[in-house]
Amino acid sequence: MRTGFTPEQEEFRVEVAGWLDEQLSGPFAAIRNLSSMSAMIPERRAWETALGEAGWSAIGWPEQYGGRGANIAEQVIFAEEYARAGAPGRIGHIGVTLAGPTLIHFGSEEQKRRFLPPILKGEELWAQGYSEPNAGSDLSNIRTKARLDDGPNGPEWVIEGQKIWTSLAQHAQWIFVLCRTEEGSVGPKGLSFLLVPLDQPGVTLRPIRQMTGDAEFNETFFDGARTAAANVVGQPGEGWKVAMGLLSHERGASSLAIQMTFRNELQKVIDAANANGAAQDPLIRQRIATAHAGLKLMRFNALRTLSKGDNEMLSREAFIHKIYWGTWHKKLGELAMDVMGAPGLIAPGPDYAFDVLPHLYLYTRSETIHGGTNQIQRNIIAERGLGLPREPRG
Amino acid sequence: MQFTFSEEETLLQQSVSGFLASHAGSAAIRKAMEDDGAGYDPALWRATMDEMGLGGIALPPRHGGAEMGQVGLAIVMMEMGRVLLPSPYFSSVGMAAQAIALAGTDAQQDALLPGIVSGETIAAMAWRGTGRGQAPAARLDDGLRLTGAAGFVPFGHAADLLVVAAQRDGGGIALAALPADMPGIAVERHVSMDLTRPLSTVRFDNVALLQEHVLGSGGDASAALARTLDLARIALAAEQAGGAEAVLDLTVAYTKDRVQFGRPIGSFQALKHRMADMMVEVETARTAAYYSACIVDEGSDELEEAAAIAASYCSEAFMDCAGNAIQLHGGIGFTWEHDAHLYFKRARADAVLLDDAASQRERIAGMIGLERAA
Ligand SMILES: Cc1cc2nc3c(=O)[nH]c(=O)nc-3n(C[C@H](O)[C@H](O)[C@H](O)COP(=O)(O)OP(=O)(O)OC[C@H]3O[C@@H](n4cnc5c(N)ncnc54)[C@H](O)[C@@H]3O)c2cc1C
Repeated sequence: MRTGFTPEQEEFRVEVAGWLDEQLSGPFAAIRNLSSMSAMIPERRAWETALGEAGWSAIGWPEQYGGRGANIAEQVIFAEEYARAGAPGRIGHIGVTLAGPTLIHFGSEEQKRRFLPPILKGEELWAQGYSEPNAGSDLSNIRTKARLDDGPNGPEWVIEGQKIWTSLAQHAQWIFVLCRTEEGSVGPKGLSFLLVPLDQPGVTLRPIRQMTGDAEFNETFFDGARTAAANVVGQPGEGWKVAMGLLSHERGASSLAIQMTFRNELQKVIDAANANGAAQDPLIRQRIATAHAGLKLMRFNALRTLSKGDNEMLSREAFIHKIYWGTWHKKLGELAMDVMGAPGLIAPGPDYAFDVLPHLYLYTRSETIHGGTNQIQRNIIAERGLGLPREPRG
Repeated sequence: MQFTFSEEETLLQQSVSGFLASHAGSAAIRKAMEDDGAGYDPALWRATMDEMGLGGIALPPRHGGAEMGQVGLAIVMMEMGRVLLPSPYFSSVGMAAQAIALAGTDAQQDALLPGIVSGETIAAMAWRGTGRGQAPAARLDDGLRLTGAAGFVPFGHAADLLVVAAQRDGGGIALAALPADMPGIAVERHVSMDLTRPLSTVRFDNVALLQEHVLGSGGDASAALARTLDLARIALAAEQAGGAEAVLDLTVAYTKDRVQFGRPIGSFQALKHRMADMMVEVETARTAAYYSACIVDEGSDELEEAAAIAASYCSEAFMDCAGNAIQLHGGIGFTWEHDAHLYFKRARADAVLLDDAASQRERIAGMIGLERAA
């Protein structure tokens, strides 16, 4: 058992860091250390393209689809250096971390060749169409419907219904939609995983303003929206398996990628505490130390899961990553406000737009909700990690 | 980066856990703990050291060791922690041997370590005073006379060899390894809250040391003591992770079985969610124990930080899990007969033996650059 990297891996680290620094102090200097997810969209799309063209967009993907077939250690190193360099949050992350891996695992060869390269180059951004007004935690309660129809361009899926909380759809060209394709089916049966272009008359987006003041997510209405019959991933009716397959491939890599960002935020909290004297307060010192320890352990929790070979059964600690990082980050937001005191309440300008730390405080309220709430995570841990009885259904 | 067991480590874990499963069940633990005798089972002690060869797990072959490093020690401590084995292992191998290996001259190591490795010598570490603080209270004067008292010495009553930390009259710390039966040494065994690891007070009344008793070649041993305590924290973190895991296992098994309101109580979400939170703590404690042990074996300069992180996290995780276990068992959890209280008491004892979580966090605060008023 060891935590250190080999000399070859350290060489790889130097290569990654060198490339990132060159780009981010050169052509992409304007988006270095950018904290907002919704600012400077055109520059960030160009950044996605640069990453894709240099082969750094998704290094873990197989080479034939534009990745580098990088092993876990290399992916860890890349994620760490990416954040250390202050590279901006990936505007293409839904494609890179959700749509792409799903296609690699479940997609046809045709679909992989059509969709993966533009994901890597940021030419096509994706949105995730799972949640509906009546299907949140209970996701399988989906009502959005699709049926096959012979259109002028051959057979097509025609989609009716509504999704909600669709993040970044206003910037995306494609959405993957989990919808009901078997008339009269209920629950996880009869669902299909469709790939749908957003720019068409049958799709309407209505942005929803969030408590941060930003409007990153949307209501997405499908009113006779169409997509080619071939744009179904897996067999029709197997959508649930495809959608869930993704979740079971989560090995903690997502929490690794965000950890350096967390580290930078924690450093801001430490700096703020030193600057305003909060660092003298023994309780604040305790809480910042707890945050530091918690972040270190988050990294090693993830490394434990990632160190398991691809074919090994994941052990139960794989279930803890989401609740762990969501909760840690939310507490960091609270700590940041306690460190800042009243000055944290004042926006710097005329808009309802806050500096990094107060924004963090507001934003992190969502992180114990999206992608499976903390309560749902606890259900999963209890049932799948500990084998406790399943929740009764109403 | 291979943060998972090697084959050798897997084998060690399996053999220790198998061995303890057949020799150290609840009845055996209670017998050792409630006997007025040694407080541990001498036959089992010999078997763990001799047969299993666990005494030298972290030490080099020169001393009869297996050279499996701090990770090896962590694996053993985790398994012993799971069953709450009443054993001088931690004080002898996890503390005293480490101090000798860190502070002793080659000759002292050659003289003292093989006995500890084979289990013939039981050693204990007497480093702190008898109050709340952690600083050594015994004093060593220039004429090598040792006076004062050391408190909370685990298995002090069973020790043949004492590794004593003392303030030197001229300043600095001395570490000395003495036979426990030297004239002027008195050991008082206490009734300890955690009966599975009895604590003693050791008094030194003008004990005349020889130069050879003082570990090293005369310099200040503060750094060696600090390092010993950090290694001990890392070893203890593994025990805490093991204890937390075992007490969660007990609780899960019980709540699947116990029926109230016509259903297993483990189907109530209030209980499920509490156990889910316990599992997050248990898995993270395990991570903390392994990562800090790796840091030692890799010779990383992050050792102090890792020790403080592991100690603070695992102390609280174990206490939290053990406390929850009593609550989730209901009345039976409050009985002497049920094992929940043994975990609860060990968790408390572990959490204060080597300084509490808050002090470790204050150390971290200093390391990460939180300023303090001048
Ligand atoms: C910022 C943000 C971005 C998002 N982006 C997307 C996106 O891009 N695409 C997408 O499809 N979705 C997205 N979501 C939706 C998100 O996945 C859902 O909000 C989430 O799954 C919860 O569903 P809900 O909002 O309907 O809450 P509900 O399911 O109604 O939950 C309400 C409360 O009840 C609790 N609860 C529900 N069921 C149980 C149970 N069985 N046991 C215990 N407690 C329970 C929940 O924990 C919660 O506290 C996003 C959400 C947010 C906040």
